Amino acid sequence: MNLQENNISENNFEQCIKCTVCTVYCPVIPANPKYPGPKQAGPDGERFRLKAADYFDPSLKYCLNCKRCEVACPSGVRIGDIIQSARLKYNHEKPSVRDRMLADTDFAGEVATKMAPLVNATLGLKPVKLLLDGALAIDHRRAFPKYTSTTFEKWYRKELTAESQLKYAKRVAYFHGCYVNYNYPQLGKDLVKILNAVGYGVELLDDEKCCGVALIANGLYDQARRHARKNLDAMRRATASLKQYKVITTSSTCTLTMRDEYPHLLGIDNSDVRQNIETATRFIYRLIDNGEVRLAFRDDYTRRIAYHTPCHMEKLGWSVYSTSLMQMIPGVELQMLPSNCCGIAGTYGFKRENYQVSQTIGHDLFAAIEASGADFVATDCETCKWQIEMSTSKKVFNPISVIAEALDVEATRKLNHVKI
Amino acid sequence: MRYDTIIIGGGLSGLVCGIKLQEAGRSCAIISAGQSALHFSSGAFDLLGVTADGTEVERPFDALKSLPAEHPYSKVGADGVEAYARALPQWFAQMGIVLNGDVERNSSRITPLGIVRKSWMMLDEYTPLADEAAIAGSRYLIVNFAGFLDFYPKFIADCLEQRGGKCRMEVLSMSAVEKLRINPTEMRSANIAKVFQSQRQLDKLVELVNSKASEGETVVLPATFGLSDTLPVEYLRSHCRNNLMFVSPVPPSISGIRVQRRLQAHFVKLGGRFYAGDTVNGATLEGNRVTGIATVNHSDILFHADNYVVATGSFFSNGIVARSNEVVEPIFGADVNYDTNRDRWFDRCVMNRQPYMDFGVATDADFRMLKGGRPFDNMYAIGSVLDGHNPLEEGSGSGVAIITAMHVANSILTNTAKR
Repeated sequence: MNLQENNISENNFEQCIKCTVCTVYCPVIPANPKYPGPKQAGPDGERFRLKAADYFDPSLKYCLNCKRCEVACPSGVRIGDIIQSARLKYNHEKPSVRDRMLADTDFAGEVATKMAPLVNATLGLKPVKLLLDGALAIDHRRAFPKYTSTTFEKWYRKELTAESQLKYAKRVAYFHGCYVNYNYPQLGKDLVKILNAVGYGVELLDDEKCCGVALIANGLYDQARRHARKNLDAMRRATASLKQYKVITTSSTCTLTMRDEYPHLLGIDNSDVRQNIETATRFIYRLIDNGEVRLAFRDDYTRRIAYHTPCHMEKLGWSVYSTSLMQMIPGVELQMLPSNCCGIAGTYGFKRENYQVSQTIGHDLFAAIEASGADFVATDCETCKWQIEMSTSKKVFNPISVIAEALDVEATRKLNHVKI
Repeated sequence: MRYDTIIIGGGLSGLVCGIKLQEAGRSCAIISAGQSALHFSSGAFDLLGVTADGTEVERPFDALKSLPAEHPYSKVGADGVEAYARALPQWFAQMGIVLNGDVERNSSRITPLGIVRKSWMMLDEYTPLADEAAIAGSRYLIVNFAGFLDFYPKFIADCLEQRGGKCRMEVLSMSAVEKLRINPTEMRSANIAKVFQSQRQLDKLVELVNSKASEGETVVLPATFGLSDTLPVEYLRSHCRNNLMFVSPVPPSISGIRVQRRLQAHFVKLGGRFYAGDTVNGATLEGNRVTGIATVNHSDILFHADNYVVATGSFFSNGIVARSNEVVEPIFGADVNYDTNRDRWFDRCVMNRQPYMDFGVATDADFRMLKGGRPFDNMYAIGSVLDGHNPLEEGSGSGVAIITAMHVANSILTNTAKR
């Protein structure tokens, strides 16, 4: 009998040896001293909370859920999960109207895309921003992402058509996420361009919901669980019918949420599909690494790119796939920015009470970006993109968009013997 | 994913090995499961402080020959250890890490608890403690930040006064530092260091120190400055009127974190790839040859290399793990040298030499790890995961980490042709 294994609790808080390394890497503490820090909020506080729920400290809401404490922990303690689970378990405050609005990305997206020009114009107006700030505490200094009038799903069904993708013998399912669907369909189109060029068809899930990350962050756990179950069921149906058992994404946060937050925080078993959910860059990297596909790039594409590692990409450990693919482009000079949190953390930075903290956290990263001399920044997270574009002079693109732009489609099709 | 060499462990030993290989044009990846023991650095690098019979070492190079054959230094050879050690200050200086002291002889430092210990070279802001005659003629002002519980001016004053120094103590109150007290658990050296990344706060501190110190006093400060570089330390030295002396608070260690960051940045700058927060959980073998390793994060996408180096540390970093009745190397199930009688693992007096600190993985004369008594062809072990030394008792931790790393890097460069 292995006594030690049987002594480890589900969230392994007792593995903490109180070394304090996590507190060195928490981006929140220096910006907001009201936050008790990962060690105290996580494993230390957990001992007390297990005794009595009264020990729950509402200031745990200041945690960004960046998981940098977990990456730093030498003892493998799931500190971020402990903190988020405590919020889930003990915080019974009802989410505010503001938090519901920010969290329900599907609902907001459906409404906003129907009147995109009007919504985009209105949300850019100063009086509207002040009104949102006054009435809802959504910070007026925050720039809103633009909505599209043609969602990605609509483009896929009407213009691309599912039939066109069924012609490919090898196919993969794409979880596009809210951002691609409602705000930036171009990223999804870029992915289709690359995959079609190497001979892969792109299918959509028959019923995709928001991954739920914003719902979890804002305390709407039941709704998050409903989304999780629907997404996992849709993935099970998709992978059962596809030859390639993969569901790929273009957002690091959606990926981490569906792989790790579903089981760890929401208690939903995804063990049958978890290993099939991955970022598109990892999927493409593997195909190249195995010698199954090759990419050809334009000679005239020369760019200096600075890569920012989103927190959830740091936790996944997968930035290597995105950067390795971009480094395959002959005309690209890639530099790695220091891996620091940008401060936005999804809906966190939109809230008035967090705006200043959010900008303070990102300060060093913004300075590094300005000093980089890069033409633009590449990153795998949409909210990092909003934050960096708002706070620096640089534009931000997903690595998939970079590869799509640099790709020589005809030469790539030829290399991979694609005749469709 | 393919590299020339893959190093498991991103602490002092792994980084030194990786940098040496990258410098020679080899491509390396370091896979690191969490931050390293450098976060607990004393602010000094040890080489050898005490011999096996308990005598304090004045000149470490002379004492090397007295070590038992199974000691990592003996495997490298006394001449080799000396050559590597002599080259170290200049090599580290290229990365912006300053080592103070005399490579020939050990010097003294004050521990956070006010004990004087022998050590080899001091890092960056730390300087060897003056001899007793110099202390006896000196006056000291020991300052601390209000509410900082990891630094003990009274212990330091006792230590200096025992040697004839005259000491005063002052508590500084600064609003930017005070803010950390909202959560007393976060009033830690690293967070204080972050406050003093701001030039304004640094200026305020200079003003405070200058107003408190009288002429001729040496001002003793907790070493809580400069997480990424020593600029704040240099600024304080050049703007405070009095001589400054930095003493380490209890961890996290700012100078250790700085060394970690500098080495890591240098490794990445040379083209090395650092995989943070990942754990190796499997390997593929052909006979005694490792052909690939798998990690938690990368699952089915394996890492391949010609050579593998295990720099996973001792118990703290889970390089070796103590179970109820055995001590194991958890990744490869490699041979570990330990006492099979559990009652002899530890001494009941906590301050005595602890036998479990001697435990570590067994290696052949070239530091190749063993399994079932047979060496792997292409997998080496370096640093504190090694058996045959007791870093705490003999004061050899950083020396073994650095010197075995350099030695194995050389072996790899000699034995394996460049791709």
